[in-house]
Amino acid sequence: MRMRTVEISAGAFVLAGTLALIFLAVRVSGVNLTADRSSYTVLARFDDVAGLQTRARVSIAGVTVGRVAAIDIDLEYGEAIVSMELKGSGGVLSTDTGAQILTEGILGARYISLLPGADEETLFDGDVIEDTQGAMVLENLIGDLLTRLGAS
Amino acid sequence: MIGFIRGVGNRSLERLASIGRATLVLVAALWRLPRLADIPLIVKQIYQVGVLSLVIVVLSAFCIGAVLALQFHTQLARFGAQDAVGVGLALVLLRELGPVVTALLFAGRAGSAITAEIGLMKTTEQLSSMEMMGVDPLQRIVAPRLWAGFVSLPLLTAIFNVVAIYGGMMVAVDWMGGDQGGFWSGIQAEVDIWDDIGKGVLKSVAFAVVVTWIAVFQGYDTEPTPEGIGLATTRTVVMSSVMVLAIDFLLTLSMYGDFK
Repeated sequence: MRMRTVEISAGAFVLAGTLALIFLAVRVSGVNLTADRSSYTVLARFDDVAGLQTRARVSIAGVTVGRVAAIDIDLEYGEAIVSMELKGSGGVLSTDTGAQILTEGILGARYISLLPGADEETLFDGDVIEDTQGAMVLENLIGDLLTRLGAS
Repeated sequence: MIGFIRGVGNRSLERLASIGRATLVLVAALWRLPRLADIPLIVKQIYQVGVLSLVIVVLSAFCIGAVLALQFHTQLARFGAQDAVGVGLALVLLRELGPVVTALLFAGRAGSAITAEIGLMKTTEQLSSMEMMGVDPLQRIVAPRLWAGFVSLPLLTAIFNVVAIYGGMMVAVDWMGGDQGGFWSGIQAEVDIWDDIGKGVLKSVAFAVVVTWIAVFQGYDTEPTPEGIGLATTRTVVMSSVMVLAIDFLLTLSMYGDFK
């Protein structure tokens, strides 16, 4: 009888631990096993990504539509190539879609905002967004302002 | 002078020999893979080291989660960033505090008990009489405790994390009036299943191996006197605590070292 309580409580403990692990995976990391996980990758070249991180948000009109998958450097042109993983299967955004690196709040993280265009042609997996605007770097802005003030 | 040098050399050799013995005990015990008949022994040990540690782990987790949330909240509220409490809490717990604090509690609660138990068995010559009877103490006594420790600590860590996050949520949301949606969505947006949860589990497995290994070996290697048992028990708690903290530093460096 005593052995049986030991076994039952040990079993309950292992069960509780496993449930806690599953809870962490599902509720805390937000992994969704049932949702449509299809995605396609679109590239964009920026002159400056200052502070953009992989896994940063990609949004349209403030709604998250994807994540930054990778940030690479093109040494030949001195540009950053950002690959964005967008939900869905492509063929929705027009080829003249613009990409802009913005900041959440004053101290917040960098994210990419997409501005849908009007072209008939649409972006598919592996296509490149041409119309980009890189991150604002405070030092450059101040430098710009100073030269303009000096000129006037 | 020569006596001093001889003493230093002697002690270093003794240290080295004990590391060697510890490795031999671990390899020999794990080499005797658990047979079907050993499973009841392992279950009993999971009860001893896992189930009986639950109370202290759950209580500590709740308090630590609540205190962390309180501190994060008061500091972040100055910037109006209360929604970041959840993220900070979850990342700190999953990556560092969960595995480390649970391992420290485990060393104090279960490790010391394992050492004292095996130490007393050795002192009262139960281990040698087992060998006389043809029962292998490594298989019968040491191996089940090792396996039970390896299984229990990662599970305890997961329970610790869940309870601590809920404790933190009670403070941040129910008491300080934060927003529940912001709390959870912040966590889900930032926590990665491999980078944060997976590596945390990996850490707790490493700590489980270290703590149970030290506990079992200290018991098995006890000087067979009453003082010997006391000394070995103290050594288990001190050594495992120091090793857990040192290994945590190394693991954090190698896992998150490039700080991308």
